[in-house]
Amino acid sequence: MPTLEDYKGEIPSWCPGCGNFGILKTFKEAMVDLNIKPHQFTIVSGIGQASKFPHYLKCNTFNGLHGRTLPVATGIILANHEMLVIAVAGDGDCYGEGGNHLMHAIRRNINVKLFVHDNQIYALTKGQASPTSMEGMKTKNQPFGVLSGQLNPMALAVALDCTFVARGFAGDTEHLKGLIKEAINHRGFALVDVLQPCVTLNKINTYKWYKERVYHIEPEYNPEDRVEAFKRALEWGERIPIGIIYRNHRPTFEERIPIIKDKPLVGQSFDLSIIEATLKEFY
Amino acid sequence: MDYSIKIGGEAGQGIQTIGNTLGRVFSRRGYHLFTHQDYESRIRGGHNLFQLRFSDSPVMASRDRIDILVALDKESILLHEKELSEHGIVIYDSSALKQRYEKPYFLDVPFRDLAMEHGGNKIMVNTVATGAVLGMLKIEIDILVETIKDTLKKKGEEIIKGNINAAMAGHDFTTRQCQRCSFSTAPQSKPKMLIAGNDAIGLGAVASGCKFYSAYPMTPSTGIMLYAAGKAKDYGIIVEQAEDEIAAINMAIGASFAGVRSMTGSSGGGFALMVEGLSLAAMTETPIVIALAQRPGPATGLPTRTEQGDLLFAIYTAHGEFPRVIFAPGTPEKAFYLTNKAFDIAEKYQIPVLILTDQYLADSQWTFDGFDLKGIRYTDYRIRGDAFKDISGYKRHHCTDNGVSPLGIPGDSKHLIVTDSDEHNEEGHIIEDVETRKKMVDKRLFKKLPLIRQEIEPPILYGNSHPEIVITGWGSTYGVMKEAVDDISKNKDIAMLHFSEIYPFPSTERFDYLNLLNNAKLTICIENNATGQFAYLMKGETGYEFNATINKYDGRPFTLEYLSGELDAHIRRL
Repeated sequence: MPTLEDYKGEIPSWCPGCGNFGILKTFKEAMVDLNIKPHQFTIVSGIGQASKFPHYLKCNTFNGLHGRTLPVATGIILANHEMLVIAVAGDGDCYGEGGNHLMHAIRRNINVKLFVHDNQIYALTKGQASPTSMEGMKTKNQPFGVLSGQLNPMALAVALDCTFVARGFAGDTEHLKGLIKEAINHRGFALVDVLQPCVTLNKINTYKWYKERVYHIEPEYNPEDRVEAFKRALEWGERIPIGIIYRNHRPTFEERIPIIKDKPLVGQSFDLSIIEATLKEFY
Repeated sequence: MDYSIKIGGEAGQGIQTIGNTLGRVFSRRGYHLFTHQDYESRIRGGHNLFQLRFSDSPVMASRDRIDILVALDKESILLHEKELSEHGIVIYDSSALKQRYEKPYFLDVPFRDLAMEHGGNKIMVNTVATGAVLGMLKIEIDILVETIKDTLKKKGEEIIKGNINAAMAGHDFTTRQCQRCSFSTAPQSKPKMLIAGNDAIGLGAVASGCKFYSAYPMTPSTGIMLYAAGKAKDYGIIVEQAEDEIAAINMAIGASFAGVRSMTGSSGGGFALMVEGLSLAAMTETPIVIALAQRPGPATGLPTRTEQGDLLFAIYTAHGEFPRVIFAPGTPEKAFYLTNKAFDIAEKYQIPVLILTDQYLADSQWTFDGFDLKGIRYTDYRIRGDAFKDISGYKRHHCTDNGVSPLGIPGDSKHLIVTDSDEHNEEGHIIEDVETRKKMVDKRLFKKLPLIRQEIEPPILYGNSHPEIVITGWGSTYGVMKEAVDDISKNKDIAMLHFSEIYPFPSTERFDYLNLLNNAKLTICIENNATGQFAYLMKGETGYEFNATINKYDGRPFTLEYLSGELDAHIRRL
């Protein structure tokens, strides 16, 4: 059994009070609860404050480029579908720069778990609007306030028939831990959008703001009803639902590739001798 | 014996089918063959052509002079009648073209009527035309019958029988009716291998243990992906059509990180999108092979034509400073072996390696006696299983003497594989301090570079060993330059220098090509681009400046007559 100590990583460079600390602590606890050892999974992250995440624990890590977490994660899981592959990104990274990849990762239904640390702002570049910033929010770079509509990742994911769609809150770590575990145990692509207060740069969506609005989705709610899920996904403002919004059981991309049915690609050997037969095709 | 056949018509008329079938028959009959295609960026209509040149001695370029023109539309006659040799003949179907041509070198073959009558379906006009060409050449029908049986295996007996009858009808017709036909074609001893550039790269990847190919379709690179996809089942390869080229290269990097040999490919525009990923592969020291099949730019340019316009782009693109290797094969055979070398070097040094081709090489077919698999390198440089478990204190980016760190497989042991696009320390974690930064640049760049440089083969010299005239080129111009040397060497001391391993620029240690150039009276750099990018590179790398350059940038390849004509003009001034 791994212990929390096994997950001790580098010292975080996040601001004191950052919502990321709650997510980090909860994530480690979830991994201990699930009995997953550091070498048994890989985290792919992009660029942004959230993407420093894998350095602050212990795991196989590919900290790649801004927006490109999901293509790298796709390559990893296709090469080794026995590896648990987790993608960690921020809202700018995943919904802005990498929006196209998100759409196609959901379509493919690769067995990757995506955790988006959604602070509704660009933090690493110090306070510009992100795709999830609320309309009207003023920043140095949006002096007339945000003019574009706010991206709703939950509704987007439900519309694309994403197999696991959930929202958590960094200020409600017990609840978040449950979601992390459910997402990891889910077979297929999982999107968990985690509301993560940025204490330095986002003066609107604060701990207090979220706490006044978030509510646990009631236990009797059926996340497999897509129409109801879409209604729930549209809720934002006075009341913000957290929990599993939508789930379905489409087969994963990897299970539909016959050549990796028995063995992951990375475990398959290469035999040059079969090339002789292939060469004959050119005569 | 040296004959050229041109098949012209609209897209969708089956020009490729006729060309490919004839090509197969010629190579199986043991002839040396060279084919090239010229097509428009459309699915139907327009004017496309497929040209075949075959001989009893090696051929590796197209000629302007045509012996048989198969005209499936009027435009083919309008555009190419003037290219006919003195014994040249045009075959056409007056009922399909709704016009009769009375000149003596026109032969009206009722393709459609024969197809209906003997094959039972007008779709078989192409088979009739193929048979007709062979009849004109006095080549027996048997190899064509075999080829039909092979290629239509899945279509069923009835379709095979119809096609054989259609082929025979065309063959009989021209055997009886073509009084002007004076071609003589003795069969050769052994069947030859026939392969195009794109297939050779695909085959090279498969033969190198490539397990993952992700790309976004883009002419003229798509053929490589199609080849790999065709072999996915037999060889256990995952071929993923990515949502864009950015995803394509990042997926390939991810798969390589996870422990399998990976490749991507595109043309200039798609490669431009991959550039960020190229830099990522360099920083994370993830092996990757990239095929860049050039076409004329800028922007969308001429999507289906050819150009060598991306050499300097390939060398200098991507942010930051890092080692990369660039190969530019001149023949499908070289493309096969250099693709293999690309995989080997990429993994050995954990760097990106690019294979630079162009539409001309990608789509042209060549014959060979065969590829010798003894020339294939396969060393698994990754550390797997027990060997990985036994390492103590593993660090993914460990600073070794030669700069090459142990490349482990994530999940294979308790050792963690950590890497980052940020500057990182030996463990792979983000750093910003000056000492580590400098140490890592030294490791990635300066320690590896001298070793990589030693892997690069010098250019090959063909022709006179003490030449008065030296023509120099790189990549796909190999064949046409070689034939031009053969032509001109009857009267002059001429040689060709051909570079297929371009970057890092080959040293003069093993072959002092600069000495050769300095001792020549006339040196000419030949490139299928406007600005002479290789000549520029040569000057920058060695200080050497060519006396003259021949540049072609009309989107079409050099033909032998064109290049010989241009060279003559320079030589006459000597």
